[in-house]
Amino acid sequence: MSGGHSEYVPSNGFTKWLDSRLPLPRLVYDSFIAYPVPRNLNGWYTFGAILMVMLIVQIITGVVLAMHYAASTGLAFNSVEHIMRDVNYGWLMRRIHANGASMFFVAVFIHIFRGMYYGSYKAPREVLWILGVLILLLMMATAFMGYVLPWGQMSFWGATVITGFFSAIPLVGEGVQQWLLGGFAVDNATLNRFFSLHYLLPFMILGVVILHVWALHVTGQTNPTGVEVKNMKKETVPFTPFATIKDALAIVLFMIVFAWFVFYLPDFLGHPDNYIPADPLKTPAHIVPEWYFLPFYAILRAVTFNISVPFTDIVLIDSKLGGVIAMFASIAILLFLPWLDTSKVRSGAYRPMFKFFFWLFVVTCVALGYLGSRPAEGIYTVMSQIFTAYYFAHFIVVLPMLGRIEKPKQVPPSIADAVLSDEGKMGRAGAAQPAE
Amino acid sequence: MKKLISKFAAVSMAGLIAVASAAPAIAASGYPLNKPREVDWSFAGPFGKWDYGQLQRGFKVYQEVCAACHSMDLIAFRNLTEIGFSEAEAKAIAAEYEVEDGPNADGEMFDRPAVLTDRIPGPYANDAEGAALNNGALPPDFSLLAKARAPERGFPTFVFDVFTLYAENGPDYIYSLLTGYKDVEEAPAELGLDEDAHYNPYFIAGPALAMAQPMDDDAVEYDDGTPATLDQMSKDVSAFMMWAAEPTLVERKSLGFRVLVFLVLFAGLLYLTKKQVFTALKKD
Repeated sequence: MSGGHSEYVPSNGFTKWLDSRLPLPRLVYDSFIAYPVPRNLNGWYTFGAILMVMLIVQIITGVVLAMHYAASTGLAFNSVEHIMRDVNYGWLMRRIHANGASMFFVAVFIHIFRGMYYGSYKAPREVLWILGVLILLLMMATAFMGYVLPWGQMSFWGATVITGFFSAIPLVGEGVQQWLLGGFAVDNATLNRFFSLHYLLPFMILGVVILHVWALHVTGQTNPTGVEVKNMKKETVPFTPFATIKDALAIVLFMIVFAWFVFYLPDFLGHPDNYIPADPLKTPAHIVPEWYFLPFYAILRAVTFNISVPFTDIVLIDSKLGGVIAMFASIAILLFLPWLDTSKVRSGAYRPMFKFFFWLFVVTCVALGYLGSRPAEGIYTVMSQIFTAYYFAHFIVVLPMLGRIEKPKQVPPSIADAVLSDEGKMGRAGAAQPAE
Repeated sequence: MKKLISKFAAVSMAGLIAVASAAPAIAASGYPLNKPREVDWSFAGPFGKWDYGQLQRGFKVYQEVCAACHSMDLIAFRNLTEIGFSEAEAKAIAAEYEVEDGPNADGEMFDRPAVLTDRIPGPYANDAEGAALNNGALPPDFSLLAKARAPERGFPTFVFDVFTLYAENGPDYIYSLLTGYKDVEEAPAELGLDEDAHYNPYFIAGPALAMAQPMDDDAVEYDDGTPATLDQMSKDVSAFMMWAAEPTLVERKSLGFRVLVFLVLFAGLLYLTKKQVFTALKKD
């Protein structure tokens, strides 16, 4: 879609001078003003812009917080309370940053599910999708290390549990774990390096985001029909004002939800134990990660059995390693999604069976999230195992099969046919989202 | 397709109900045995405000009852001006305390009366002493306790909390605990409590606490003439602990209201602008 030549015309002497030396205004013009977007995008397509804003919010508040934070086991907890009590608007910065992490994940999960529903990962957008998965991984690492910094009980014990995963790796595990921790246990060395990395990773995310947007602008956006743009003039609208105003509205609506939590329920998404200073000698009754890690935590704990050579006692993979492999695989499998989905039809709107299994997958993820918050015992473990099995089956069995057995509905020959013949129809076909 | 969806909805609902109904079975084996009793706090809700009279009474309860065993490390005397004490009053309160300072020019540590910038001195020289004096367990610091103790609300209550803005389970918990001590003979036999156990069904971590009931009616005499019932003192000290845990709570809520009003108005304007922009699109 981007193939067209640039229509930027420098408006004054300075931009003319600059354009022939460093065409920065041209880049901005082509990317955010003239960039053509399909005219039939619905509200679910605004989460990319929301995520961009969230990343910037996190970086700005994070930089301010780092000015007042002390990364030392003896000082960290009280320095955070100093921010909350004595720094001017420190409480606001910290509330925005902590709840911002949660909102960031809310937005990224919706963004990912949107991509899954409309088949946004399919050729030629595989690289765009893979870059997105890398961003998710970096986000998870950043959020995890950020949660350690306040040095409360959950910070400490969460870090102990998560870094303990690495000790499950055969032969080198112990060494890798000690290398990550900078010692034999989570301690000052760990806190210092986590702070350093927590400051570094967001800028790496920003770098990958730039690649992500670049890849998006090469292939152009998908749209709810899944049909590629055929007639630029009829089927696309310029980014500004159309996408700009819609994204702005979506961002402000998202900010309302964000503010609701920051100002009225700032501790709702956190854990009370993190208001107790870290104590290496006192293990909390239940160690639970932040809510956005719960589905993955449930998958980790679902593997409660060793995998042995049949009819012998030789253990190939013990339950701990098995859980770690399953957890990492649950994200890694996303990298292969473009090739696991065999359907020729891109958009889920025209795939009746896929639609059903997509929502089943969403329910599976939510259920895993709930199970991750429960103690790993009794019925919870059994349900975690069922849902974990289904999580993987969705990718390995359901998606490859569907492409073969499903009879898709008639796909419109072009966006123009879909939209201009019946304005608003796509919105209904898309999802429970009013037409935009 | 419709059938498929409704079937799917039925199956997933059944699954959710199964999960939800399994939850209480597990929760029943956990603590607290009783959910906290909910108090109508002045600082609850989007327009919550501190009741300075209550906070000052709570501070008195802390000083005269709790402070014998519990520290409050994060609160300085200057902070007392935030709960309605004048600077002179806060100075006078500080002067009642002795703090160690130094070293002086001779290299000696010395004691002096506390000033506004000092934090409220705790009852122990150090944590080890606190533990040694209390059967090996240091009584928890009070500064953040109202946020560090919040019994789980459970599904689906926590979903409703998002809309009702319930966020007072910390002070509710402390209030319930202080008023919830019961005679150990009332405890169900299956708890297997000793005769001298401090049975309290509101305790978050077990059926009984190490701490005996800390106060009874008229443990303090209120300056404002409020009758010092156990219920009243428990409410007051819980409110005071909530303030100590988050002195910026009221500022947060009042700023939040202004931010939300702005955002809603701004969203309305953006919506109208967007509508205008897209009307132009529909014409062609």
